[in-house]
Amino acid sequence: MPGDSSPREELAKLSARPVSKGHSPCPRFLPTPAYRVDTLLQTLKDGLTIGSLYALIALGYTMVYGILKFINFAHSDIVVLGGWLSLITATAIVEKLGLTPGQIPPWWVGPLVLLIAMVACGIIGFTIERLAYKPLRRAPRLNVLITAIGVSLFLQNTGQLQFVFGTRPRAIPQLLSDQTLLQIGNVHIRLLDLVVIGTAVVLMVGLEWLVFHTKLGRAMRAVSFDVRTAGLMGIPVDRVISITFVIGSSLAAAGGFLWALSFTSIKQPADTSWVLLGLKAFVAAVVGGIGNVRGAMFGGLAIGMLEVFGQQYINPALKDVYVFAALIVVLLVKPGGILGKATVEKV
Amino acid sequence: MLNVSNLQVSYGAIRALHGISLNVEKGEIVTLIGCNGAGKTTTLRAISGLVRSSGGSVSYEGSDITRVRPHELVRMGIAHSPEGRGVFANLTVEENLELGAYARSDHAAIAQDKEKGLTLFPRLRERLRQQAGTLSGGEQQMLAMARALMARPRMLLLDEPSLGLAPQVVSTIFQIIREINAAGTTILLVEQNAHMALKVAHRAYVLETGEIAMEGPAQELAASDEVRKAYLGVG
Ligand SMILES: Nc1ncnc2c1ncn2[C@@H]1O[C@H](COP(=O)(O)OP(=O)(O)O)[C@@H](O)[C@H]1O
Ligand SMILES: [Mg+2]
Repeated sequence: MPGDSSPREELAKLSARPVSKGHSPCPRFLPTPAYRVDTLLQTLKDGLTIGSLYALIALGYTMVYGILKFINFAHSDIVVLGGWLSLITATAIVEKLGLTPGQIPPWWVGPLVLLIAMVACGIIGFTIERLAYKPLRRAPRLNVLITAIGVSLFLQNTGQLQFVFGTRPRAIPQLLSDQTLLQIGNVHIRLLDLVVIGTAVVLMVGLEWLVFHTKLGRAMRAVSFDVRTAGLMGIPVDRVISITFVIGSSLAAAGGFLWALSFTSIKQPADTSWVLLGLKAFVAAVVGGIGNVRGAMFGGLAIGMLEVFGQQYINPALKDVYVFAALIVVLLVKPGGILGKATVEKV
Repeated sequence: MLNVSNLQVSYGAIRALHGISLNVEKGEIVTLIGCNGAGKTTTLRAISGLVRSSGGSVSYEGSDITRVRPHELVRMGIAHSPEGRGVFANLTVEENLELGAYARSDHAAIAQDKEKGLTLFPRLRERLRQQAGTLSGGEQQMLAMARALMARPRMLLLDEPSLGLAPQVVSTIFQIIREINAAGTTILLVEQNAHMALKVAHRAYVLETGEIAMEGPAQELAASDEVRKAYLGVG
């Protein structure tokens, strides 16, 4: 994650300073409490940012698992698609507006790009479900899993074609000004930070409301508990499944969009950075309790914080290790995930 | 009202129904009794489209429903309370009830029907906000029936409502089945508890390994030697 240098590096710089003779060899100043608060704030901010991205993406894994009981391996490729579609749409709009590089486009460009990416990925998610997964509704789960891997490979390889996204990294045009809204010590809260965290939070609150307070959400929870009986209630099960894919895929698109905004360049569709992003979001879903919407949000934030805090305070080289170690620990201690509950069936 | 003719169902190589025929007239309680594994549940599942039949047909109020999907049947007025109750344990009692009315949008009437259901099953009223998974077996059965009624069905399919319940609760459930029927709902009742089922039903069918072995007015069957021996454990 982008962030200020760690206290270790600061200290290293300080001790490398030539010490003039006659003075004590001690560093001239030790980290003050204020300095440590800075680092803490910065780390919290970074954790919140990356954590909300993980959460957005984890939601798609968890919703599909909740309803169809399989891991949709192609989900992370929808994130990639969302990122790249955002990049291409943003570039096209900026060109259309005749802006010179570095000129900030009007405020509505960002939301428009996000909307287009979400709608496009929603349609693609819908189509994938119809073509690849729906014909396998009665097939063993392993078949569906293998199909999902196939879809994922298909998307990655199509994405790398020269006339699609290509294999070179590119950067999304700047959509937001670099302005700092709030500065606390050395910590700059930029407009971008606010947009990333804000968008993620708004989308998650919206989803939470949809799942727990609407008729559609009730139907989704019913289908996820028992497909057959849900049909007997008059719930059009196939339509609910389609809608689930559409929602999961548009949240993935939002994740891709925010990811593209956050980094100076985004990598080609099969790059490790994307794979790791998808994998960590998946870990977040499992850690939170796969199939559980609130669990995915919680897991995303927890994994994001863990990664960033470990990177800052323990050892930056091991940041991926913390995440996967957390997965192992959770699976050993509470296999259903932190917010997952063991299903109890009464006879 | 409901006509099943020569219905056949197979699960892979296992033939569960070898061509059964039965009919239910408007206003009746018809019961389908038989031992474990006879094919009772399969019959109800085939009627409501949960399993595909490999032959024969089902018609309801004059139209062919053999290939109609489960959720569409609800709109046509058939509600199915499945074996093992099928309450959504992760939802509250109230949410379960409201799901029963999923196909409807007449909010005022839905609220009325909820009230009616809660009057019929007062136990549920105290537990409205509780997760359905925390209810006792008898309460879950009541919830499953109340939920099925929320669809305002003209025809109710009940699969072993007495399964695993204490005798006290069983008689309450059967009393309520009578009341539901008296209020105008036609009922097809699947039971292993032949004793109780034959008491409330007007007519009955006996299912043995996928075939109808006997049929007739419930009282007559209850008095017949074969049924008394095989299903009522007397004589
Ligand atoms: N899902 C299934 N797969 C394979 N066989 C089944 C399935 N469901 C039921 N059967 C078989 O079909 C027959 C009828 O079962 P069922 O309709 O459940 O009987 P009942 O409800 O009368 O106890 C039994 O032999 C049972 O083993
Ligand atoms: Mg049965």
